[in-house]
Amino acid sequence: MPVNICVLAKQVVDPEMPAAAFRIDPDARQVVPPPNIPPVVNGFDENAVEAALQIKDEQGANITVISSGTTFALDVMKKPLSMGADELVLLQDDAFANSVDSFFTVQLLTSAINKLGGFDLIICGRQASDWDNAQVPLGVAETLGMACITLGKKVDVQDNKVVVERLAPDGFEVVEADLPALVTVSNELGQPRYPTLRGIMAATRKRPTVWTTGDLDLDDSQLEPRVTLHDLFVPEREQDCEIIEGDDDADAARRLALKLREDRFI
Amino acid sequence: MADATGILVFGEAPQGELSSTAQELLAAGRTLADSLGQELAIGLIGADLAGAPQQAIAHGADRAYAVTNPSLGEYHPDLYLAAMQTLASEANPNIILIARNNEGRELAPRLAFRMGVGLAQDCLEVSADASTGKLLANRPVYGGSAVAVVSCNQTPQIAAIRPKTYEPLGADAGRSGQVVNFPVEIDPSAAKTRVVDVVKEEAEGIKLEDARIVVSGGRGLGGPEPFAQLEELANLLGGAVGASRAAVDSGWVPANYQVGLTGKTITPDLYITVAISGASQHMAGCSGSKAIVAINRDADANIFKDARYGVVGDWEKVIPALTETVRELTQS
Repeated sequence: MPVNICVLAKQVVDPEMPAAAFRIDPDARQVVPPPNIPPVVNGFDENAVEAALQIKDEQGANITVISSGTTFALDVMKKPLSMGADELVLLQDDAFANSVDSFFTVQLLTSAINKLGGFDLIICGRQASDWDNAQVPLGVAETLGMACITLGKKVDVQDNKVVVERLAPDGFEVVEADLPALVTVSNELGQPRYPTLRGIMAATRKRPTVWTTGDLDLDDSQLEPRVTLHDLFVPEREQDCEIIEGDDDADAARRLALKLREDRFI
Repeated sequence: MADATGILVFGEAPQGELSSTAQELLAAGRTLADSLGQELAIGLIGADLAGAPQQAIAHGADRAYAVTNPSLGEYHPDLYLAAMQTLASEANPNIILIARNNEGRELAPRLAFRMGVGLAQDCLEVSADASTGKLLANRPVYGGSAVAVVSCNQTPQIAAIRPKTYEPLGADAGRSGQVVNFPVEIDPSAAKTRVVDVVKEEAEGIKLEDARIVVSGGRGLGGPEPFAQLEELANLLGGAVGASRAAVDSGWVPANYQVGLTGKTITPDLYITVAISGASQHMAGCSGSKAIVAINRDADANIFKDARYGVVGDWEKVIPALTETVRELTQS
């Protein structure tokens, strides 16, 4: 039996953009998407797609990718399909703008997951590189009452169980749970594969399922905001750096050591 | 919940000793409790907590709950969550603080969702408004490129605090407080996950998190070999070696070397960065260092904005000369 896998993926502004391109609109309390720099699939979510594809390679799986937001760059969000995922479901509505409130996002995603009939395994990136909330996967597991294993660097399915190598500060643990379960993965899982030409062609032909508010079974109390954003600002870096110079690099290094000794750091 | 009052901190006490992270949370909680005129309580979870509750009182708690059950001797997220929820329902606090450490990364969001309330995640600073009882939290977002000020709309208001952002108050044996024995019922079947193996990959020598001096290498080193040179320098200084995520992702050093937002948070006295550009995601793990040294050939690298000392130069020339001079200074 192929494993029925869901991957949750988010479209984010490119975290690798030059620091100078990072702008916020303080009044709107939003980051201004940089012009000419396209958004990307959140990096940890690409690791999640890779984890799902490894299971698919091993024993067969059907992989559905779900994302929520107000607008999508379709060529960007089709990347998981071109890597080898099977279906794409976009929860797209202007009402889904509140991505700072993880509770809200979880209600949308769990409603969609239930509408799709549930999954054996849900794989998520550990956190999104925009709000760094690291809450949505855990909230989905809690809301659906699923077993939850975080920070995976390797994910296997065997005998109706998921077996995860979970990062620990001093190594890793091997943790298992009966399916259905939710697993979050980190970059230690390894580089996500590149889309193949065949994958890109196949993804071009696939059309995502798009659902709006009316398609999801949501009630007002579930959507009441849990968190209020009061301010958003760019912190100032105040440090004055003392550049140590010398006749050449080696001389500068010697002077650095003497300076560190003088200031009692070494 | 109506009439919610007081601050409740969750802390750890491995081997019956109050952890330093719990001491930090008590320092954060003490400030909130004093500004609100409310009580500061701590919930310690374990099978046997020994003298930890009394230590918590010396470190600032007005009340220490010893939340015990034989099945709580080892950390298990599902069982710890059940214990935390039981205490939170009983104590009915206005504010809950949890450390955003390895355990808190999963416990804090799950507790918030289980209780149907919001969470201020990964906070650097928390304060409370005495007139409204509202918690205001500063938290880095976009990998630390921006800071968001957030509050929670329902009680309990839950905040996860980044480790090493608050200084412990220090023990004062003269402080008085109440120890409350709080045995809890735990249904072992609540544990939906099983740990089947534990693999240690501890680096030799001093632990990265505890080192007074850390030497870290980044993408610009170009390969795994130069880390041997960083190791030599760190050994001379009695320090440890760290790395940026780029170096870990390239497979040059193991994952537990990683300093940064998704790696370790360190606060050494001296942080020597070698060929690290200083992306905000990296700085998120080391911005509490007393002094940062930047060694980078690119004078425009962001790392120089955070560094106190900088050398613009080629690490291949800088590191051997630096190591030699440090050897002369420390061995004379």
